Order: sequence, then structure tokens, then C-alpha cells
Amino acid sequence: MDRIPILKMGRFLLVTIQVDMHDQLALTLQDDLTSRIVASQARGVLIDISSLEIVDSFIGRMISNIAGMARVLDAETVVVGMQPAVAITLVELGLSLEGVRTALNVDKGMLLLQASLDAEGAQ
Amino acid sequence: MASGQVLQQIISKTQKELLAEWLQTQAADGASRPDLMKESELREQSREFLSLLQDALRVGELGNVAGSAWSPVHEFLAGISRSRAIQGFSPGETATFVFSLKKPLFARLRREITQDAQALADELWATTLLLDQLGLYTTDTYQKTREEVIARQQQELLELSTPVVSLWKDILALPLIGTLDSARTQVVMESLLQKIVETGAAIAIIDITGVPTVDTLVAQHLLKTVAAARLMGADCIISGIRPQIAQTIVHLGVDLSAVTTKATLADAFLIALKRTQSTLPKGAAG
Repeated sequence: MDRIPILKMGRFLLVTIQVDMHDQLALTLQDDLTSRIVASQARGVLIDISSLEIVDSFIGRMISNIAGMARVLDAETVVVGMQPAVAITLVELGLSLEGVRTALNVDKGMLLLQASLDAEGAQ
Repeated sequence: MASGQVLQQIISKTQKELLAEWLQTQAADGASRPDLMKESELREQSREFLSLLQDALRVGELGNVAGSAWSPVHEFLAGISRSRAIQGFSPGETATFVFSLKKPLFARLRREITQDAQALADELWATTLLLDQLGLYTTDTYQKTREEVIARQQQELLELSTPVVSLWKDILALPLIGTLDSARTQVVMESLLQKIVETGAAIAIIDITGVPTVDTLVAQHLLKTVAAARLMGADCIISGIRPQIAQTIVHLGVDLSAVTTKATLADAFLIALKRTQSTLPKGAAG
């Protein structure tokens, strides 16, 4: 598998990472996702990493880079379903992913995206 | 050189009398504790030890107690040291069990070898060496058993002292009691994150009323826990900050501005209730 599928759900993009990330895969995802946000005018990106069991500093940084890029393209990023072991590893690596929103599962992540989109519309 | 043959013969020839005499010596030396162990049990143990010793002497070398021929004896001694450590014998009393065998054995050796002073000295030396080694082995095992007990208790204490409590739907509380060191933080973090996964909680309240002192290291540990919970998608509130601790935190220059802090658990609970209702729209169950 050399690509991670990106699904479109309404105005949001859904990325589920089902395999262990290696560096090239992460770089490809970064490329694909940015072009997809532009092409589909998505307002939010939801990254589900509940199947991800191993992270290193590169992948950690990649996640926060993707969030940063999405923000520049006016799409909010929510990372959902992080495993306890992964969370502990990232904290120990000193990567607390400042500026990335998180939620426990896809359901709550979707609600979060929807809520922030609603809040924007209300203004 | 003493071969152990003489010793073995003595034991096999006079096993009954030797056993009786040994039990008497044990009683006199204070190795038997009638309050902790029944006399019949002690007799059984002593008898078994004598027969194992005899077997080992028959096949094994006297000078090589570490050899495989001696392993049944070692196993037996390890068993009784372990059980005695748990029954409440002192290490001295446990070792005396073996040492008290010297008196009756030496008396018999002296009676057996009457002619040759050199041979008697050799036999006595070899026997005393053997029994010393076996006695020390019981002390070693006794010590090890006690250390295992202490380690297990520490582990239990560690787990006991970090319960994660479900306060309300989507709200967890983590009352911390005792000093936070790295090992403890690890356990706290793991149990909190695990509970977040299980319950799907959105807010965790870390209550530090029971933490006696907060220094930079403890604060760093707290912040790590908060960061890890945030990565999982749960917010943390730190509560139970006593006035002195608030002063120390500011004096140390610890920055807790990234975390919501409250003076009491009640205040934290109130704000948690408000937040879960406002951030989760109706019908957002689970």
C-alpha cells in the first residue's frame, strides 16, 4: 500500500490511517491531502489514527505539519482516536502537538468540526 | 581428604537418635518456635532434611555444595526458608535450623573416629564447612523472600494509590495522594489514559490535594499527563491546589497557564459540568 485513502464527507475530509506509517507514506499523504483540500474546498480534516500503534518524532511532526498546512488553507484539523501508548510516546518525545485539535473518536471529532463550522457561520 | 562417606554412614546408621538429639538441640538453641510451628511439622522437616542430606552425601562431593547432586537439598532449604519467612521466623532462627545439626553430628564424629586425630579434624572441618554453606543459603533465600514481599507491596501501593474515578457522564477524577515521581507518573498517566479510552470521557480532573509538595519535577510530570490526555482528546483540570503550593509554583516560575486550575475539586467539577454541556450538543451521547 503506497497511498492512504482520503474520503470526502460533506465539507470535511476523512483520513483513516490503517497501517503503520513510514516516512514516505507520510510525505505522500501530506501532498495528497493539501491538493485534495484545495480541489474539494474542504473546511475540515479529520485524521483517525486509532490503528496507529507506533510513532516516532518524524510522524509526530508530520501530524502537526499537516494540521498547520490545513489551517493555512482554511480547514480545521482534528486528530482522533490516539492510543494511550502513542500519546505517552509523543509527550515523552516533547511533541505535544500544540495547535492541533484532538478528540476521542470519529464521532466526537465530527461534532467538533461541525461545531466550529457552525460557530463561524453564526458570526 | 574427607569424602563424606563417614558422615553418610553416621547419618544412615543412627538416623533415629540423631533426629531426636537434633530436635532437642533445636529447642535448646531457640530454632524451634512452638508458637509458630507445630512440633510434628518441625520433626517432619528435620527428618526430610536428614534423608535428603544423606542422599546428597551418597552421590555428591562434600566440597562441591554448588553441584547438581545437592540441588534437592537446596530446593528443600529454599522451601523452608520461604515458608518460615512468611510464618514470621527471624533469619537467625531460620539459619539455626541448619547450624544446630552441628552439635549432634560432631559428637558422633568424635565417637566414630577415635584413633586418627588428623582424620577427625578433616571430617569436622568438612562438615562445618558444609553446614555453614547450607545455613548461609537459607539466610540468602530468607532475605530474597523478604525482598520479594517488599517489592510486591511497593507495586501494590503504587497501583492502589492511583484510582481513576468516574464522577459523572464524561467526567473523570484522579485524586492523587503521595509524592509524584517518574515511576508513579507513568502509572498515573497509563491508568488515566486507559480509563479515558474505556469511558470516552471528555474531561479529567486531576486533584492534587493529597500531594504534599510540588516542585518543578512534579509540575513537569503533571503537565506531561495533561498533554497526553489532551492528545487523546480529553481536557484536564488541575484542582486541590493549596495556598502554600500556589505560592511555591509561582516562586519556582512554573507555568501552569496552559491548564485550567481550580482551588477545590468542587469548583473543578462545576466547571467540568458546564463545559460538557456546552461543548457537546444534545444527542452527542457516546
